[in-house]
Amino acid sequence: MTMNTTIKSLALVCLLIPTLSNAQERFASRTGHVAFRSETTVETIEANNHKATSVYDPNTGALEFAVLIKAFEFEKALMQEHFNENYMESNTYPKAVFKGKVVGVTAADLKKPGKHDVTVEGELTMHGVSNKVTNKATISVEPTGTLKAESNFVIKAEDYKIDIPSVVRKQIAEEIQVKVRIDYQKM
Amino acid sequence: MRHKLVPLAIFLLPVTLQAQDDLLSLLGEDTSVILTTASFKATRVINSNSIENTAHGVLDFRISHRFGELSTGVEELYGLDQATIRLGLDYGVTDRLMVGVGRSSFQKTIDGFAKYKILRQCDQGCSMPITLSLAAGSSMTTLTADKVPWYADGRTDYFTHRLSYYFQLIAGRKFSENFTLQIMPGLVHRNLVKTTAEKNDVINIGGAGRYKLTKRLAINAEYFYVLPDQLAQPQTPTDLTYFNSFSLGFDIETGGHVFQLHCTNSAGMFERGYITETTGNWLDGDIRFGFNISRVFTVHDPKAKANKKVKEDTW
Repeated sequence: MTMNTTIKSLALVCLLIPTLSNAQERFASRTGHVAFRSETTVETIEANNHKATSVYDPNTGALEFAVLIKAFEFEKALMQEHFNENYMESNTYPKAVFKGKVVGVTAADLKKPGKHDVTVEGELTMHGVSNKVTNKATISVEPTGTLKAESNFVIKAEDYKIDIPSVVRKQIAEEIQVKVRIDYQKM
Repeated sequence: MRHKLVPLAIFLLPVTLQAQDDLLSLLGEDTSVILTTASFKATRVINSNSIENTAHGVLDFRISHRFGELSTGVEELYGLDQATIRLGLDYGVTDRLMVGVGRSSFQKTIDGFAKYKILRQCDQGCSMPITLSLAAGSSMTTLTADKVPWYADGRTDYFTHRLSYYFQLIAGRKFSENFTLQIMPGLVHRNLVKTTAEKNDVINIGGAGRYKLTKRLAINAEYFYVLPDQLAQPQTPTDLTYFNSFSLGFDIETGGHVFQLHCTNSAGMFERGYITETTGNWLDGDIRFGFNISRVFTVHDPKAKANKKVKEDTW
């Protein structure tokens, strides 16, 4: 073997290494469901978004999440308009984004069916404000190998500088309940 | 030496790739279509239609009110003693089509219209730069035969004489979060006019815009230019002179209501009224203070079925 072919075969091996490591798959979804609910004695407001996108890499634990604010659907069209125009200012801040990681489960755990209680921690950015968040979640591995992730948590409007004028304080809760349901497919 | 560097470089390559990795970018561009919303706060700019429609399943109850002219002086409390009113109900049949009916005290008129969005401006997922709507409607006065504007001795009062129609194209664009502009070429057809000097078909072009001052307050303006020699010219000092309609006002939004407060030289609140029968002149102080109140009711939720399953999934 000449020096030249040694280098060539070495290079080939090096090229293959990243391919091999990538073979450990990631999970993704474009149809994640995010719902929120504001509950006061006067009024209950609910909105649903079925277009959340998310990518989860079990090897590193990295989880990312993006929700288009304008894709939240309300029962009342006027509420939807006010939500975008007056509260979330979705022309200026079109997306809510989460970047963080999943703690409490290993890539190996996710190879076999089962349900895992995990903690999700990271940074949630919306309405131009970023906050560190830590929430409980569950990840279920389906027999087909896909993942179902669920999480319920609470967001405070003031933490994201979402101003609620005093005239509507009775209709809009300070603490907004949020529900996330995502069916991840292998990428 | 040169050869040894090659595999090293290749070795480093995947590392750098990994470091740049933004997980969400792996999903590629988001292609969902997001239509532009809230170009105006209401379906009317002031008198005229805006490029906004009542949403699907929403009923909009509108109370429009115009006081008398400022120039009537203190005797009429600068117009506040007089009032004309239009009560209207609009409904969103689909997200593109709305229909409405109204009754005005101005010439005791009943009017009905439909407005359809042919093109819709969008923010994301397509490249449509404007919203284009077609509005069409008719109106009928219920005044007694001797009170209609075209009354003349011996003229038979046919039902069809009382009808008029309008057609209008509305092309508008929300240029920025705060600024929206629209132009409205249109035609008002009057089945009967008083003299041969007046045209049955009145060609006009309108322009309207809004600028949002704060999240809940916007300033609106609209102007209708009637092409010359279509309306009656005064022959005697008692004859009415017709002017182009100009209105300027504010939209104030509070929860479920939109209040529109404005000044206008028109008394009519339907197309034949304000486009072809505006008798006030801004420069003479023939300015009317007025307001529109809009209250919406969601009578049908088109997404209810899709979201029903979601609701059953308990919180």
